[in-house]
Amino acid sequence: MATQLVKGNTAAVIGALYAGCDCYFGYPITPASEILQEASKYFPQVGRKFVQAESEEAAINMVYGAASAGHRVMTASSGPGLSLKQEGISYLAGSELPCVIIDIMRAGPGLGNIGPEQSDYSQVVKGGGHGNYRNIVLAPNSVQEMCDLAIKGFELAFRYRNPVCILADGVLGQMVESIQFPEKAVEPQIDTTWAVNGTAATRKNLVTSIFLDFDLLEEFNYKLQEKYAVIRENEVDCEEYMTSDASIILVSYGISSRICRSAVDQARKEGIRVGLFRPRTLFPFPEKELRAIADSRECTFVSVEMSNGQMQEDVRLAIGCTRPVELVNRMGGNLMTLNQVVERIREISSREA
Amino acid sequence: MASAIEGCTEKVIGRPGGLYAEFPRKGGAAPTATHYCPGCGHGIIHKLIGEALSDLDIQDRTVMISPVGCAVFAYYYFDCGNLQVAHGRAPAVGTGVSRAEDNAVVIAYQGDGDLASIGLNETMQAANRGEKMAIFFVNNTVYGMTGGQMAPTTLIGEKTITCPEGRDPRFAGYPLHMCEILNNLKAPVFIERVSISDISHIRKARKAIRKALEIQRDGKGYAFVEVLSTCPTNLRQDSEQSTRFVNEEMEKEFPLGNFRDLSDETQPLLRGESDFNKDTIDRLFNLETESSPDAMHDPTFKEVHVKAAGFGGQGVLSMGLTLAHAGCNAQRFVSWYPSYGPEQRGGTSNCSIVVSGESIGSPVVNVPDVLVAMNRPSLEKFAGDVKQGGIILYDSTIGECDIPSGIRGIAVPAVRIAGEAGSEKAANTVMLGVMLSLGVTGLSEENFREAIAETFSDKPKLISLNHKVLEAAAAWAKENL
Repeated sequence: MATQLVKGNTAAVIGALYAGCDCYFGYPITPASEILQEASKYFPQVGRKFVQAESEEAAINMVYGAASAGHRVMTASSGPGLSLKQEGISYLAGSELPCVIIDIMRAGPGLGNIGPEQSDYSQVVKGGGHGNYRNIVLAPNSVQEMCDLAIKGFELAFRYRNPVCILADGVLGQMVESIQFPEKAVEPQIDTTWAVNGTAATRKNLVTSIFLDFDLLEEFNYKLQEKYAVIRENEVDCEEYMTSDASIILVSYGISSRICRSAVDQARKEGIRVGLFRPRTLFPFPEKELRAIADSRECTFVSVEMSNGQMQEDVRLAIGCTRPVELVNRMGGNLMTLNQVVERIREISSREA
Repeated sequence: MASAIEGCTEKVIGRPGGLYAEFPRKGGAAPTATHYCPGCGHGIIHKLIGEALSDLDIQDRTVMISPVGCAVFAYYYFDCGNLQVAHGRAPAVGTGVSRAEDNAVVIAYQGDGDLASIGLNETMQAANRGEKMAIFFVNNTVYGMTGGQMAPTTLIGEKTITCPEGRDPRFAGYPLHMCEILNNLKAPVFIERVSISDISHIRKARKAIRKALEIQRDGKGYAFVEVLSTCPTNLRQDSEQSTRFVNEEMEKEFPLGNFRDLSDETQPLLRGESDFNKDTIDRLFNLETESSPDAMHDPTFKEVHVKAAGFGGQGVLSMGLTLAHAGCNAQRFVSWYPSYGPEQRGGTSNCSIVVSGESIGSPVVNVPDVLVAMNRPSLEKFAGDVKQGGIILYDSTIGECDIPSGIRGIAVPAVRIAGEAGSEKAANTVMLGVMLSLGVTGLSEENFREAIAETFSDKPKLISLNHKVLEAAAAWAKENL
C-alpha cells in the first residue's frame, strides 16, 4: 500500500483521478484554489480534461455539460463561490445529473475572510438553490477522507444520479497528513440510457429540468422525494467514539470533530462520560442513530461547529427535542480550542452531578 | 380538402430530416405544429438547421442545447441529442460537452437576452477559447418568452414593455453588436450576420448555418451566426411590418455580412483521450519511489505538539513540513497545518505540527510543547501559549526577551550557524538540528536526514547543504545546551 504526505486539497484531486473523474472545471478561490491548481497539473498529464472557467457559474455549467454527456466531472469552490454555483446545482439536481462538488468552507457572510468556518452547512445540506431538491453531502474529517470521500462521492452521484457535495473546511483543505493511496482505479462507462454524448445510442435522449405541466412537475418532485427517501434509508454514514456509556454526546463533523475527539480523550481522563457522534453524511443526516441515543438514556447533546448553530437545528430535529442540545461554536475564521470544548464538557458534567 | 390543380403535378415539401416528423415531447392536440407564434422566425431557423443536420449526416453526433427563451423547447423538434440549460449558460454547458466528448457536434441556440445579456460573459469566453461549437444567435430585439421586455439589442427609440417610450440611450445604453464584438477576438473561426426576413435573405442564412455546422462536423472550432429575426407578437407587427422592420430598421443598426471565415485554413482541433489506467495514475505521484511506510500504532510514543512561526520567507512552513516528513519516516502519525492563503504573504506565518503514536485528534496546536520563533512578533504572540515545562527556540538575533516562567527559552544563533555552514537561508534547518539534539521530537537523525532529502527533492544541491546545517546545529546544541 502506497503512503504519502499530502495536502487535503490535493487528496481530493487524487481521489477524483482514481475515481475515473475525467473532467475538472473550476474557478480560483482561497482556500480551495489548490484543488484547481492540482487538477490543472495532473488532469492533462493523463488526458483528462481541465478548464479554468471564467466564473463560478460557468464552471458549474461546464459541469452540467460534461455530466449530461455521462462523464465523471468535478468542481470545487468555497463559500462565496458556492453561493454563485447554486443556480447550476439546482439545475443539476433538477436534471438528475451526477457530479461531485467540493466546498472548502471559509468564513462569511459576504466576502468574510479566508479563515475556516462551517457556515455553508445550510446552503449545502438543505439544497441551497431554488426548488425541492437535496444534495448528497459527505463530510470528511481527515486528509485520507478527502481522498476516500471523493471516490465515494462519484459512486453515490452515479448510483442516484444526483449532485454530491463534499463539505470540508479551510483546515481540511490546507492541512497535510499521510494518506494511503487507492488500490483501484475506476474505468468509467457512459450510461447511454440517459446521457447525451453525441452518439447514435443517445440521440433520442433528453436532459432537462423543465416540466411545463404543473401536475407532471409535481409528479417529478414526488419522484425526487422518493429518491431522497431511499438515500436516507441506505446511505447514512456516521462514526461514534466512546458514546456507548456517554451522558454527554458531542455532535460534530469536519475539523471540529477532530478537536472534539481530543476533547473526549481529555475529559475521559477526568472520568467524565462523554462521547463523540460524528456524521460522515450530512444529507442524509443520521437521524435514527441520534434518536436511538436520545431514547436510550438521559443525556445532553452538544453541537460543536464553526457556525451559528446551523447543524444544531438538525440535531434537535433528529431527536425530536427530547433532550437538551447545546452549542459550542466559533465563527469568523476561528477554530474552537480544545479547552473551550473541555470546559463546556466539565460544566455540563458538574451540572448533572 | 384541397384538390389538385389541373395541369400541375403535386409535390409535398417534407420536413427536413433533422427535425422530428411529429412532436410528442410537445404534447397537445396538434402533434405536428410548433409552439411558436405565427410569423415567428424560429420556425424558419429550426428548419434551416434541421436540414443541414441531416444533409451533413451529423444527427448522431449532435448535441443541441436549448436556451431559456421562446426556443426553450427547441428539443421538441430536433432529432438529435438534446439538453435544456439555464438562462445564458449554453456556451458553458457546451464547453463541458465538447471537452468531454471530442467528437460531439455541439450547437447552442440562443436568443438576444440569453446570449447578449445574462450570458454575455459565457458567450465571450467560450468564443475566446475557441470552443468547438456552433452558436445560432437569434436576434429579434426583444425578450419573447417573458413578454416583450427590452433586450440588449433593442433599437434606439424602439418601444418595448420596459421602455414604453422607446429605448433612450441616456438611460438604457445602445444596442449591442455581437458579431462586431466577437470579431475582436482571435479564436473564432467563423462569424456572420444574416437575416430571415424574406426568401433571398433566407437563402444566405441557409448557407451560413451550413457553414457553421460544417466547421463543427470537421471539428475546427467556434462558429457564430447571428440571425436577424422577427417577433410579430411582442413587437405588435403584422407580417409585412415585421419584414420591413428587419429589412429597414434592424439591418441599418446591424449590417449583414460575413465578418470572418477561417474555415479553409483552420485545422481540426483534436483533444486527447482520457487515460484511466491505475499504473498511469500511480506514476503521476511516483508511488513506486516516493512512498512512506505506513504509520504504526504505538501508545508508548509521547505525542509532540510543535508550533513554528516567523516572517513569510523565513521557511517556517517548510521547516514544519520537514518535521512532518521526519515523523512520517519514523512511522508516526503526523499532521501539519499552516496559516494559509496568499493574503498572508509579507506578514507572519505559522504552522502546527503534531507527531503521535496514535491517530491524531486536533491538528491545530494551541498549547505547543515546542515553539520555534524566528522573529520577535511570533515570539511575543505565542510564548504565553507554551505548555509548562515546554521549550521555546528563538533566533538569537531577536535579542533580549521575556520567557514565561516554567518554560525553557533557548536563544539559537540560527542565522550565524546556517551562514557558516553555507547559507543563512537555512536558519530554519538549524532549529530542526537543535530539536533533534534535544531529543524533544522522539525522532532520529536518520529520520531528519531523509526528510530533508524529501523536502528538497526538486533542488538536490540544497540537500547536502541542509544536511551540513543539520549536523552543525546538532553539534552546537551538544556543546552549548
